[in-house]
Amino acid sequence: MTKYILRRLLTAIPTLILISMAVFAIVALAPGDPLAGLATNPDVPPEVRLNILHQMGLDQPLPIRYLKWAESWVVGNWGYSFGSHIPVTRLLMQRLPTDLWVIGSAYLCAVLIAIPVGVISAVRQYSLQDQVATTFAFIGYSLPTFFTGILMIIIFSVRLRWLPFIYNVQVHDPVGFLKQAIMPVAVLALFQSASLTRFVRSSMLDNVGLDYVRTARAKGLAQSRVIRRHVLRNSLIPVVTLIALQLPGVFTGAVVTEQIFRVPGIGSLLISSLQNSDTPVLMAIAFVAAILVVLLNLVADVIYGTLDPRIRYG
Amino acid sequence: MASTGSDRVAPLGPIAARLAFERPRHARTLWGDAWRRFRRHRLAMAGAATFLLLTLGCLVGPFVYRVPINAIDFGHSMSPPSAAHPFGSNDLGQDMLARVLYGGRISIAVGFSAMLTSITLGVLVGAVAGFFGGHIDNVLMRITDMFLSFPALVLLLLIVYLFHDPITHRLGTQVGTFVLIVGVIGILNWMPTARLVRAGFLAVKEKEFVEAARSVGVGPVKQMVRHILPNVLSPVIVAGTLSVAAAILLESTLSFLGYGFPPDVPTWGRLLFDAQNYLDLAPHMALFPGIMICLAILSINYVGDGLRDALDPTRVF
Amino acid sequence: MRSDDLRKLITEYRTHRLTRRQVVTRVGELGLSLGAAWTLLDRATALPARAAAAPGRGTQGTLKLLYWQAPTIVNLHLANGTKDYHASRMVMEPLLSADSAGNFTAVLAAEVPTIANGGVAKDGRSVTYKLKQGVKWADGRPFTADDVVFTYQYVINKQTGATSYGSYTNIAKVEPINANTVKITFKDPTPFWYIPFVGSYGAIVPRHALDAYVGSNARNAPYNLKSFGTGPYMVDSFRPGDLVVYKPNPYYRDPNKPAFSQVQMKGGGDATSAARAVFETGEYDYAWNLQVEWPVLDHMVAGGKGVLLTEPGGGVECLYLNATDPNKTVDGQRSSIKTKHPFLSDLKVRQALALAVDRQTMAKELYGQTGDASPNLLTTPSKYYSKNTKMTMDLNKANSLLEEAGWKRGSDGVREKNGVKMEIAYVTSVNSLRQKEQQIVKAGFDQLGAKVTLQSVDAGVFFSSSPGNTDTIAHFYRDIEMFTDSFSLSPIPYMRQWYSGDAARDIAQKENEWSGQNLVRWQNADYNKTFDAALNELDPQKNTELWIKANDIAVDQVAGIPLINRKSTSARAKTLDTGKNMTAFDAETWNVAEWKRSG
Repeated sequence: MTKYILRRLLTAIPTLILISMAVFAIVALAPGDPLAGLATNPDVPPEVRLNILHQMGLDQPLPIRYLKWAESWVVGNWGYSFGSHIPVTRLLMQRLPTDLWVIGSAYLCAVLIAIPVGVISAVRQYSLQDQVATTFAFIGYSLPTFFTGILMIIIFSVRLRWLPFIYNVQVHDPVGFLKQAIMPVAVLALFQSASLTRFVRSSMLDNVGLDYVRTARAKGLAQSRVIRRHVLRNSLIPVVTLIALQLPGVFTGAVVTEQIFRVPGIGSLLISSLQNSDTPVLMAIAFVAAILVVLLNLVADVIYGTLDPRIRYG
Repeated sequence: MASTGSDRVAPLGPIAARLAFERPRHARTLWGDAWRRFRRHRLAMAGAATFLLLTLGCLVGPFVYRVPINAIDFGHSMSPPSAAHPFGSNDLGQDMLARVLYGGRISIAVGFSAMLTSITLGVLVGAVAGFFGGHIDNVLMRITDMFLSFPALVLLLLIVYLFHDPITHRLGTQVGTFVLIVGVIGILNWMPTARLVRAGFLAVKEKEFVEAARSVGVGPVKQMVRHILPNVLSPVIVAGTLSVAAAILLESTLSFLGYGFPPDVPTWGRLLFDAQNYLDLAPHMALFPGIMICLAILSINYVGDGLRDALDPTRVF
Repeated sequence: MRSDDLRKLITEYRTHRLTRRQVVTRVGELGLSLGAAWTLLDRATALPARAAAAPGRGTQGTLKLLYWQAPTIVNLHLANGTKDYHASRMVMEPLLSADSAGNFTAVLAAEVPTIANGGVAKDGRSVTYKLKQGVKWADGRPFTADDVVFTYQYVINKQTGATSYGSYTNIAKVEPINANTVKITFKDPTPFWYIPFVGSYGAIVPRHALDAYVGSNARNAPYNLKSFGTGPYMVDSFRPGDLVVYKPNPYYRDPNKPAFSQVQMKGGGDATSAARAVFETGEYDYAWNLQVEWPVLDHMVAGGKGVLLTEPGGGVECLYLNATDPNKTVDGQRSSIKTKHPFLSDLKVRQALALAVDRQTMAKELYGQTGDASPNLLTTPSKYYSKNTKMTMDLNKANSLLEEAGWKRGSDGVREKNGVKMEIAYVTSVNSLRQKEQQIVKAGFDQLGAKVTLQSVDAGVFFSSSPGNTDTIAHFYRDIEMFTDSFSLSPIPYMRQWYSGDAARDIAQKENEWSGQNLVRWQNADYNKTFDAALNELDPQKNTELWIKANDIAVDQVAGIPLINRKSTSARAKTLDTGKNMTAFDAETWNVAEWKRSG
């Protein structure tokens, strides 16, 4: 097992280097300009803007920029945001707690909804409950999140005036803190739970028909016991892996939802960095996300192996 | 696949995990059985009918309903549905029905083309890797892993951002954006299919009937295409069906972030995006494209669900 | 060393870590007289006491501002955009502030310098400011003429990369006459003595905070993220791209101000929902720059919780017509000044296009109270607004102009001449309002028999200055582009857009990395002559007339088609009194010291 993990980690390194090169090339070649906002400002002549770009080292050849970036990245210096010149790590750390809280709770809600609903609709396949759950799930992921988000704002903020729709990290009282998270969490959880429900259902259905379940029934075990002890346990293995694979999403944030509710997470940082061509920030987000994906893939495989004795690591 | 960005539209998950599926065949033909089972799945049939109707409507509609999509008329801006404008009009007074019909063509075309791109790529990579194994398999799977490790949304946005201009320059705004969006969605979504197909190939290529084919001197291409592929196709079909829905949804999300089609090309996503500020002023502007997106995706998903059940060879009805 | 020791002692005393007696003993050890020690201590106790005594300061809770573009830096001279000016202006102050008409208010200056009071030199070579006395920085140190000198040194150092640099280039030297008087000498005599140290780009920064950060390490200064100044508030905490939290400046010169104990400036999102937060839900007290389609905004105002604030001078939304051929490549660039546009170089065609644009509909339907149809390119400061121009929409006249010029309709309805079809690529930035404007303009051009292709480029790319990117406004690889260029107190930079006195420098082209400010590549000797004359005319009245003449030439020759004279549009809560805060030439937060709750 240890040998397997070690081997996987070693093979991950060249993959990550390749990814970093590809992402760096794309980010660097992207046609934006961190100072575009000043272009129509007649008081800031173009030579001033060119001078600032020179100060940022943006006029050097690409390979040199990549090497410089990689060199300092390895020693933990992830560079400075072009816009505010704050260290990228600090910028990310400012954003991360919000994401962990908002996206994390959305994932949690999604899991808490999806597992029971998925199980019920699998156990009672084609029953009324199943049809309702299926329809709910399909509607959940047929609606773009930006649409549900704005719809909720119109209903709960504008019409009913129940909830604030601007997320503010300065709100410290617990009631306000929870209230402002309700809508973003709900939008995300609806979307997440929709696909997760389907996943749980099909994973359950895969197992219900298998021989060991038939054997369990043949032994005369009660239906509920069969479901709980045998089917559910085995069906949850792929579910757990899927959840592990989705965890990097907590880091990258939810771009659209964060944009709509002004949640200052990494997703909105990503969009604003993209718009301002803030290369160091973009690189950091993209690369950390890549690392997380690679790592969690490994974690998922290991979980799979531990939970499922049929899988052996060679 | 469903790894980064929780706004990623990716209901492919259920399929991705169903790697091991090889089961004994039945005496009757596989497709005949599948069709029989599919017909019994009432919701799937309804879904198929709805989707066919939508597609037909969008294809034929603009020839029957000949109101121009871009005639500006501020006198009738944001007017609710009426005889003159069955779906109402937008803030510029343009007819919504005409725009929804026209937009449907593009949205559905985006969905199908993106699906075809990703399925083709995925089947190709998966089949080659699974059939030949060894080093080829290793390299191809490393590449697949690399693509899977890309922070997809970041990359998606960056690529659209980066290549938008060269491509639209060469092909024109509409075609260029179309090719770009389809290409990007396709390129970032082929990996799960490749893994499914590879797993299928690995399992099937050792089966007796393939062995038999090989022993009588059937070439590798023919082995792959004639003998193995049909046996691994059913999860691919399901995945493909669902990816049509995912692509339609992704197109609308791109539009929302400002990276989609230009404003004079009214795709469903674009229409919805344009309507968002008017939700309380002229809800019909959002309602109709919203219903269309929802209907299309819902019906496709039901079809996918039906197919999943129907193509499962272990089912006996 | 010694002064450091002293400072440390005083801090420890103030924070009650040392008793008065302990301090006196230690001061003796440092070799100071006992008397000096007592004076020091008295001063150390007196300063905070004075600040705390203020009645009315910080009594009105939290003020919440919503900016849909988030501030990224709070040092005005390193700002990346307007939002950063506003965020910094809460903290820093210039010598003078200016309103949209170009009238001044003294801020850090004791009075507005004029020729009459001897502040402004008759020969246009210098200006002398008397500074307000007794002004303190938010850390208690006195503000003096030396800080003005430092600000100049800081900005003018190219390595600093100050975005306010352009306003300071005509300065030869800045010298303190005494602690409260500063004299600015110009390189070239100018009627525009009020460009440096005034309004948006004029903030004075403290020498003692930034002395070590002049030049290439300017962007490393902690001050950039936690700035303080002479203004009513100072930065308390800052999350770039999200939120700035301010607290009152304890040393602000008016002991009763500012009214709020905390100000939050929240950033991000979009303009429409920002408006919603003030008008409909009342979550925020102030929302900046509401570029929202008029019907939507109009509907929201009815929500009743807010008041719409508008002020002319938000720039002129303009169609820029390419005078060169964007489809021919010469010397490795398209739109080379060696080429001529196949039809836009023809005055009659340009006039016809101008006649086909329905500005009134655009203003009425899309802008409402937030912009007026404009016949002029130069509209702000308002004294430059020309009354000699007019705008008409006349499709018949436009069509007959095109016939006269030899452009005949082909079988497909598209006009052509000598085998060239009148096909127009018309580009602007991605922005739903702009896309609607495009549709209106296109509808007019369609009726002339021109084939128009609408294009939209992401704003980050469109307004980029990178020479490698062919999609920028400066490359102008299209026939027509549309954007708004904003105004400054002097018309020089704005009017430079049509100037070509030195074509190699002034016109954007490959040779100068597209840094020339004349993007339309239009060249007109008459215009250049008028522009040059205006640069040197010191008589204010005559100077104004020259700029008006320059505008009239550019409008008559259709060097651009002005569409809308936009207004800056923001919103305040009904319960907030912001005074006359809207101006084209300073941040909307310039008078935030006066803001208060009103019921």
